[in-house]
Amino acid sequence: MIDFEMPEVIAKQQYLLKTVADNMMRPVSRYYDEHEHEIPWDYIEFMHTAMKASGAGSLAPSEGGEKKEKKDRPRIGYQMLAFMIEMLSWGDAGMYLVTPGGGLGAAAVEATGTPEQKRRFLERFKKEKPAFAAMAMTEPCCGSDTAAIRTTAVLDKETNEWVLNGEKIFVTAGDKSLTPYEQLEPGFVVVWATIDPKAGRAGMRPFVVEAGTPGVKVTKLEHKMGIRVSDTAAIVLQNARIPFDNILGSPEVITDKKTTKGFKGAMSTFNATRPLVSASALGVARATLELLKDMLKQEGVEIRYGLPRAKMTNIEREVIDMETMLREAWLLVLKAVWLADQRQPNALTSSMSKVKAGEVVTKITQKAVELMGPLGYSRDFLLGKWFRDAKINDIFEGTGQINRLIVARQILGFHGAQLR
Amino acid sequence: MYSFEPSEEQRMLVDAVKRYAANDLRPAMRDADEEAQLNMDLVEKGWELGILQASVPEEYGGFGERSAVTSVLAAEEMAWGDLAASLAVMTPGLYVLPLLLAGTEEQKQELIPPVIEAEWKPYTAALLEWKFDFDANDLQTTAQEDGDAYVINGEKVYVPFADGYEGMIVYAKVDGKTQGFVVPKGAAGVTVGERHKLLGVHALPLYRVKFEGVRVPKENRIGGAAGHDFAPILASMWVANAALAVGMSRAALEYAIDYAKEREAFGVKIGQKQAIAFMLAEMATEVEGVRLLTWEAAWKLDKGKDDFYKHAYLAHNGAVDMAMMVTDRAVQVLGGHGYIREHPVELWMRNGRGFATFAGLAMV
Repeated sequence: MIDFEMPEVIAKQQYLLKTVADNMMRPVSRYYDEHEHEIPWDYIEFMHTAMKASGAGSLAPSEGGEKKEKKDRPRIGYQMLAFMIEMLSWGDAGMYLVTPGGGLGAAAVEATGTPEQKRRFLERFKKEKPAFAAMAMTEPCCGSDTAAIRTTAVLDKETNEWVLNGEKIFVTAGDKSLTPYEQLEPGFVVVWATIDPKAGRAGMRPFVVEAGTPGVKVTKLEHKMGIRVSDTAAIVLQNARIPFDNILGSPEVITDKKTTKGFKGAMSTFNATRPLVSASALGVARATLELLKDMLKQEGVEIRYGLPRAKMTNIEREVIDMETMLREAWLLVLKAVWLADQRQPNALTSSMSKVKAGEVVTKITQKAVELMGPLGYSRDFLLGKWFRDAKINDIFEGTGQINRLIVARQILGFHGAQLR
Repeated sequence: MYSFEPSEEQRMLVDAVKRYAANDLRPAMRDADEEAQLNMDLVEKGWELGILQASVPEEYGGFGERSAVTSVLAAEEMAWGDLAASLAVMTPGLYVLPLLLAGTEEQKQELIPPVIEAEWKPYTAALLEWKFDFDANDLQTTAQEDGDAYVINGEKVYVPFADGYEGMIVYAKVDGKTQGFVVPKGAAGVTVGERHKLLGVHALPLYRVKFEGVRVPKENRIGGAAGHDFAPILASMWVANAALAVGMSRAALEYAIDYAKEREAFGVKIGQKQAIAFMLAEMATEVEGVRLLTWEAAWKLDKGKDDFYKHAYLAHNGAVDMAMMVTDRAVQVLGGHGYIREHPVELWMRNGRGFATFAGLAMV
């Protein structure tokens, strides 16, 4: 039965997270934006304690967590996560990315790891101190063209270890995942590498590289347009040796180099995480729209709904269009995570949500600065910061263009070679 | 609990409407448009699917209860077949649904069963007026109290099947508010004027209607002496408009996709070119997004949520732009062929512009 009623457990969660956003994020939003690479330990420790208390060790919806749910109750893990991310990003999108619990790295382990791997890699998120994990895909040579990555993994048969060599860039939370801060448990990075450079996609595999592994070094922290509180690291792997069992997914598929199963399995991680990135984008969009409406209200401008377009003011038309596109994008996110919770294929809806959310958040933040004139462009308000924070959402986790390709391939029934 | 899954019952109805749209409406669409003439046997067949009848409780002659969500699903599928015919099938709803939503018990018992229990008949409603900035909440047509009657004066446009109407709801301004009045067949002072010649929906008969001192008894005001709230009626019109836009736009999208998979240029299918593929991806995203917007608005209508009016308006607002964008691009994907009337995309594009104006021609 088609239903848009928010489950009570999500409503409660949102109520709590709103207080976190109001009290832990907004007041320091500007400070950390202006002090790039300073780490918001108060927020990190607060979130770790809060998540531990609520039984959620990791941000990824865990199998363990689901088992706790009664069997007759429908799964809503991804839905809860989408709402959580939206609200934290409403608070501050950069700080949301500094939430401990494993982020995309843990999500990859959840999606493709064996039960043994999940135990081994995800246990750390339930410990005394907070921990981080990251996903490393992009290289200096290539970002969207993921099948072209050059980092290699060679099996040393004598020691039964993988030997990794290469350079990764744009690793979100790479620093906190690898650098030994005394406030943190050691984390890990899921590194994408090829086991056969000639095999293209078929050779691509994700490997878990733990903090402290010799030969792994964080070489650079990027200075960015926005989301400055979130570290974006470059990582060099130089003869980094990791145990054989750190390859994600079943080791059996590696013997058959012709299949792209490993690559596709890994790519399916993105179907799960994409709508979550969209949710983050839409948190920024909602924050912007709410502040814009508040500021307009203070100037005595109320938005009237239900007028013919010929009778609206320009501001009314703009704001109503912004509300329309925001709601549309959010419902695409909601459907994508609902499908994920239903264990139904969601690649199409996930990519649609990302296409729309990336576009919506950039448009809304850009329009808000424009509409508020000298006030909008001023750093007295957060509109300009959100304008900078927003743009990354049309780029990371698949650019708007890559996601258009994915949508197009699905609706046209073309595979990658037919529609490049 | 969120769900995007229609119920079993809704799926069965949607399947039946889908077959009707594909087997009956679509093959007749082009000729109907060229000849500006609907096949009324097909309209009757659509009426017999029982979409409106299923919205009306048994005590008023129907066999269900009103569900805007169910009607949205049905409207979407029907408009995929042909918009003009869909509007015709849905026309009696313009008469029945306001009574069901806002009528007094007597009005419902007296006025609804004769419509619901019979074959399709031209029961209709008159809302739009001849103004570029027409505003349903600020009408020119007036109804003034005079003894035991209201006297209606004004001119309406885009009134479906006004010629030979069996019954009509006329909206007029009373104390600054929009109120509906039941105007019976043959009422004195009602003059049906010319049939409109429009950019699209050629097959749908829409008329100008003049109301000159039309006296209706006071009990003909919807909701009786106290009148009624117009917001749920207007919201239902917005949502219906959005649902029809989604269905018709999906038709255009699917046609363009099929074409892009067949047509070759530079040695490949044109769909293999990103210039075409990206257009299609954006069209598909918009159709799906506005579809969900419409479902949610319909759900809010059904639940009587506080913000139903705003959400219905947002769905309408999104649908107006989505329909124009999608139908325009469908023509673009077909290139020169899209401009030729052998293909339906130009028809959909002409209809597509109409959703900016059509709110008021259907309800859910």
